[in-house]
Amino acid sequence: MTALIQDYLPIVVFLAVAAAIGLALMAAPFFVAYKAPDAEKLSAYECGFNAFDDARMKFDVRFYLVAILFIIFDLEVAFLFPWAITLGELGTFGFWSMMVFLAVLTIGFIYEWRKGALEWD
Amino acid sequence: MMEFFWSTIWPVIIIAVQSVVLLVALLLFIAFILLADRKIWAAVQMRRGPNVVGPFGLLQSFADFLKFMVKEPVIPAGANKGVFLLAPLVTSILALAAWAVIPLNLGWAVADINVGVLYIFAISSLGVYGIIMAGWASNSKYPFLAALRSAAQMVSYEVSIGFVIITVLLCAGSLNLTKIVEAQAGPWGFLQWYWLPLLPMFVIFFVSALAETNRPPFDLIEAESELVAGFAVEYSSTAFLLFFLGEYVAIMTMCAMATILFLGGWLPPFPVPPFTWVPGVVWFVAKLSFMFFLFSMAKAIVPRYRYDQLMRLGWKVFLPASLAMVAIVAAVLQFTGLAPK
Repeated sequence: MTALIQDYLPIVVFLAVAAAIGLALMAAPFFVAYKAPDAEKLSAYECGFNAFDDARMKFDVRFYLVAILFIIFDLEVAFLFPWAITLGELGTFGFWSMMVFLAVLTIGFIYEWRKGALEWD
Repeated sequence: MMEFFWSTIWPVIIIAVQSVVLLVALLLFIAFILLADRKIWAAVQMRRGPNVVGPFGLLQSFADFLKFMVKEPVIPAGANKGVFLLAPLVTSILALAAWAVIPLNLGWAVADINVGVLYIFAISSLGVYGIIMAGWASNSKYPFLAALRSAAQMVSYEVSIGFVIITVLLCAGSLNLTKIVEAQAGPWGFLQWYWLPLLPMFVIFFVSALAETNRPPFDLIEAESELVAGFAVEYSSTAFLLFFLGEYVAIMTMCAMATILFLGGWLPPFPVPPFTWVPGVVWFVAKLSFMFFLFSMAKAIVPRYRYDQLMRLGWKVFLPASLAMVAIVAAVLQFTGLAPK
């Protein structure tokens, strides 16, 4: 086997075993448990009311905003990973390049803070 | 034919056996961790906690398990059945998958890959999908609102966890979890583990881990006074159990990450004989239990946050603080020449 497969095969096998345990747990009550469904039991929970209508409604735009900000900063983290483990070999130029990159992102972060994108009230 | 068996099939069998042993040990450990959680919570409130099933209530989790197994599985009429049933599977399987790379001792990882940290980071990022799917597929108002809240909360704190991991990587110079632990070994014992030089990062990691795993005081997605039980309202039987299990496995993963990144993994606190005779896995489990004790105490003694406070803490305190610490740690390593080559 090649080295790559040798490294990652255990993860595939582990995932398969985990999936088998999950599926077995999921399926078990469909075979062993008592079932007596009725219309009331199968309706959506609504604190004692009858379910009004489809629950998928409009929601606050701030959730979108958080998702967009998350993408920016998570990508930044992804950029930092290879830089972080090779800092000792990169030397001064590598260090300052990343500092400039971080500074640019910090300016963006300050801008969105001042614009009120981080307010939740 | 025999050659093919010994070169291809046999290693797979060995890996499968290792995986089963690790997963069974992990699930049994979680059964007792669950009980410990309830006992600690009870002790703080001067109650006894579960004490009927088995001696000291030791078998409580197994009784709960049996109860879940014989409960009626309910699938709401308005739900998207496929996604509804897939969501708990996704949550629990992804939570378990992270344990493939965690080294319990030197060489005791099922898959000792060279990008272990990245793998765990990626897998735990995917955890949010299970909750989003559950909230969407249930087609009920409370799960929907809880799923939105949860997604925003989990991604917010993931950013600061990412920066915290970066500072550790700067010091350790490797993405391999075994090498990160070995980088903390030295004559100073526990004073040399990263919790002391990176103490602010350890605190941020701990609090972010609470938020990332939806533990109290950040359990807003199942804030029972507002959202009944959050994204799991419509779930019953083992589907609910799988969410519950996934949550606790994710908590144990976070405890294991804290142990590996900051508490020296399987290393003994003092590198001298009486401590080095104890097997590494014992130290690992001891540190894991200690981290969980902190999680449990936070649940027992800290009141729940409000949602706007939660988002402010994540974006306005932890994110700038951890970003600044990345720059500071990198600068210190760069200008003192301590950066690992």
